[in-house]
Amino acid sequence: MTYEELIKETALADERIVVMTAENRALIRNLPAVLGPRFIDTGITEQTLIGAAAGLALRGRVPVVHALATFLTLRAFEFIRTDVGIGKLPVKLSGFVPGFLSDGNGPTHQAIEDVSLMRGIPGMTVFAPADEADMVAMLPAVWASPAPAYLRVNTRPGTYEHAPFEIGKAEIVAEGTDITILTYGMLFEQTLVARELLQAQGKSVGLINLRSLKPIDEAALLDVVRRGSLIVTVEDHFITGGLYSILAEILLRNQLTARVLPLALEERWYRPGRLSAVLEYEGFTGHHIARRITEYLGESGAAIAEGPAVLENEFAE
Amino acid sequence: MTSETQQKLEKMALKVREHIVRLSTDGGCFTGASLSCADLLVYLYSEFLNVRPDNLTDPNRDYLFLSKGHDVPALYGTFVELGFIDKARLDQHLSTDDHIYWHPNRNVPGVEFHSGSLGHLPSVALGVAMDCRMRGQDNKVIVITGDGELNEGTVWESLLVASAHKVNNLTLVVDRNHFQANVATEDLIPLEPMAPKFEAFGCEVRRIDGHDFAQLEDAFAALPFSATKPSVIICDTVRGRGLPSIEARADRWFCNFSADEVEELLRELHSQVATTLTSETLTVR
Repeated sequence: MTYEELIKETALADERIVVMTAENRALIRNLPAVLGPRFIDTGITEQTLIGAAAGLALRGRVPVVHALATFLTLRAFEFIRTDVGIGKLPVKLSGFVPGFLSDGNGPTHQAIEDVSLMRGIPGMTVFAPADEADMVAMLPAVWASPAPAYLRVNTRPGTYEHAPFEIGKAEIVAEGTDITILTYGMLFEQTLVARELLQAQGKSVGLINLRSLKPIDEAALLDVVRRGSLIVTVEDHFITGGLYSILAEILLRNQLTARVLPLALEERWYRPGRLSAVLEYEGFTGHHIARRITEYLGESGAAIAEGPAVLENEFAE
Repeated sequence: MTSETQQKLEKMALKVREHIVRLSTDGGCFTGASLSCADLLVYLYSEFLNVRPDNLTDPNRDYLFLSKGHDVPALYGTFVELGFIDKARLDQHLSTDDHIYWHPNRNVPGVEFHSGSLGHLPSVALGVAMDCRMRGQDNKVIVITGDGELNEGTVWESLLVASAHKVNNLTLVVDRNHFQANVATEDLIPLEPMAPKFEAFGCEVRRIDGHDFAQLEDAFAALPFSATKPSVIICDTVRGRGLPSIEARADRWFCNFSADEVEELLRELHSQVATTLTSETLTVR
């Protein structure tokens, strides 16, 4: 099932759902004809989009709003914080092409502080699916919740069979005694590759797909910490405020320490290009991730096999 | 408007102004901006809007959104006079035991949505108006902005969208008191000619004296002004209206008077003879 099929089915069954967009229709192209007045396109007006969504929510609607992740979370940030956040309204934000998925657009379009911003809003929930199947599996619970929510939209196809989704629960893909990789969103497919490559080197490698970044599965993370392996956080986000920060907060709150290698973007935007080129340049292909981990451990990465080629992203509107 | 109604409204507006003056001490409040829209709020809640203490959750009620949230003393004063809230709550001004502070919030019955950050509620009101229309209801949705608030691009953005979607059940009212926080609007970001700006954004506009109850009645009775366009009512008002000693003064936006001054100002309200204020004028923001 695709995102559009899911939202169509949900909206047809629940008249509270209103589909809104600031002229970002890539995921919802066929819905105007189906939903009639419950499809609202406000044009290129992210702030008005959010304000109007808050108004609709005040009237009992559940607006699912669409815009590019960067303009949604940055241009409209104060409206999200002030109208949706203070109002505790069930507005569901779908941020398109977050993180590396904005590949060739350049820094103006790179939503790599979105997790940090959204999780800082009291009451806001934050989700980052590994692929389209993961996203479609999580959305019914996300949309049914009374909480405001931010979704890092990810329509990339995946081959991994995901476990059923539960808000606040991570997906434990594998447990390992040497290394545990923590990740979310589109880099999940690269960490699967990285894990295989490291296992082939004789390492015992765990992998966790966080899925729900707020609420976070603190129990699962503490479990990993107590196991004592090297923890590697892998994210297409600035190092500040994302998963690495979340883990650091949990460690400090529990008065624990751990050996943690953060793979994230530090103090700069990423180099724009085709998705495969970006991942290569920034060191986030499965191969690069495995190599960076090996080198961090003081070993040579030369023996790490090449991983599979990265599938190209679809056209981003 | 009958002279009876006129007298009733004038009497109520005077009471509301007394509340505003009494809130302008011991921490203070945005006195000037509250006095300019007191008549407007008194008229709307007592004569025009289908909103009463007993229908505040009825989806068929009319909606008023106060986007210029800093004039909340005028709103709460009106709420006290119409029985939405108990007068004792105003004595809790700035106490953490209650929620009576410098901007409106939904802990106070009758407040539809919190405000304070300017330029927000035109879009929130737009969403509400869109939903009323979607459900085939004919409730009125009013949003009041300040004139300085028109500096905010989101006011215009939401009107552009409202007009594109032909949301004619939305009415934007401007409390045109000719001042922004510390400066006359025309000395900082000139807003005139104002009506043509709204017309250019696809709205049907009327401009009236916002202190004249008969003109308020004529304008609001004519809503919606168009079958396809949002309506705009520009209310020309006077900042500090009712207190000659602070009227139309740039430095009397936020006021924190001494207890003695409050007593003098209450006398001034009734006599319309200016008093001499010695308290420090405050510049907030």
